[in-house]
Amino acid sequence: MNDTASTIAPEARPHLPRGVRLVHNEAQGGWVLLAPERVFKADAIAAEVVKRCTGEATFAAIVDDLAKTYAAPRERILADVTALLRGLADKRLLEL
Amino acid sequence: MAGNDSALHTPLGLLAELTHRCPLGCPYCSNPLALDPRQSELDAPTWARVFNEAAGLGVLQVHLSGGEPGARRDLVAITAAAHAAGLYTNLITSAVGITAATLRQLADSGLDHVQISIQDSDPASADRIAGYEGAFARKRALAAEGVSLKIPLTVNAVMHRANIDRLEDMVALALALGASRVEIAHAQYYGWALKNRAALMPTAAQVKRAAAAVEQLRARHHGEIVIDAVIPDYYARLPKPCVGGWGRRSLNVTPGGRVLPCHAAESLPGLEFWSVREHSLADIWANSPAFNAFRGTDWMQEPCRSCARRDIDFGGCRCQAFALTGDARATDPVCYLAPNHHEVAALAAVQEDAPYAYRRM
Repeated sequence: MNDTASTIAPEARPHLPRGVRLVHNEAQGGWVLLAPERVFKADAIAAEVVKRCTGEATFAAIVDDLAKTYAAPRERILADVTALLRGLADKRLLEL
Repeated sequence: MAGNDSALHTPLGLLAELTHRCPLGCPYCSNPLALDPRQSELDAPTWARVFNEAAGLGVLQVHLSGGEPGARRDLVAITAAAHAAGLYTNLITSAVGITAATLRQLADSGLDHVQISIQDSDPASADRIAGYEGAFARKRALAAEGVSLKIPLTVNAVMHRANIDRLEDMVALALALGASRVEIAHAQYYGWALKNRAALMPTAAQVKRAAAAVEQLRARHHGEIVIDAVIPDYYARLPKPCVGGWGRRSLNVTPGGRVLPCHAAESLPGLEFWSVREHSLADIWANSPAFNAFRGTDWMQEPCRSCARRDIDFGGCRCQAFALTGDARATDPVCYLAPNHHEVAALAAVQEDAPYAYRRM
């Protein structure tokens, strides 16, 4: 849609819009993202990322935190999390 | 016996048909021709019990539908009960019969999402299709109210011969209304729509143009609005995996409390449906004869039985198979492998600009 399609501003504060919820459900086998008339299974890593999208933490802080938590190179975390959050935003499951 | 895929799956969604009453008369209505009367409707406490049982079964989302759910005076209490049960609540409405005040109460009661149907982008045509003067204006007003309350909105645009050429305008309308999602929902020929099939069926040329238009719109509005669309049944080569597989993903509770594997299942002969008045939802899901009738793959005949896609599309739709062949166990004739697939094209070619038989109780 625009030239920011492959990046996310460091100061963005990603959050789930009203109508989208991350829930843990034993019967469904783990984390699921509930959205308008859709249900997406979330793996443990995706759930850890989405849990941090509270609207309070900045994107840069979320990436820092994940790099620290998983003791992984920041560049790689940045690329992976950007791809994940962009994909969710394109499906209107996340606001940046 | 539940077949090769015999594990009992966990349902994800519950379609709660709160009432069959509806002020509109849409000729493509998916409700059955024999509608449940008002005096047979489940009361709010019973719905609350059903929602709690559904959550216990693992259901995540409830779709509050009808008929027009706004015809229920206790809609707010019913919605609050679904929310209290921990379910994601989705209101499927014509918008006629729900006031701005009611919508505010619903939002305060935990409503997660609203889906509003639109009949056309042209107001006069929309009202003619709905069989209700002024419906279009009320839809616009309620959509605006929902957006101002920050309730996410899906526009459901049911497509057929009279409006399919305005598909782009209908998506533009959905965007203007503030929808985050639009369903290009081709009429499906069950219930009232089957009765009106010749008057509703689009031409092959219209369907082809519409499919190309959807691709262009998706590219143009990527990230702006989600456009859900599938090839309409009678022009498809592969059948739809109806309700994600019989007794596998979802259940449907009628206004009177009968529990169906899909909303059209009562069109099939010889099935025994159980009611929430006599059984728990868990008992019905696992043991009711109707839910076990087409579970798994043991019920299949050839060519489904040995087909590589049998666990992908589950033989297509049982109600469509019965409606078009007279045999509920037949391969859905929409499938190119079905022996009578060629008859579907012949049926689609039967088009007649007859007056609609409006859906009335």
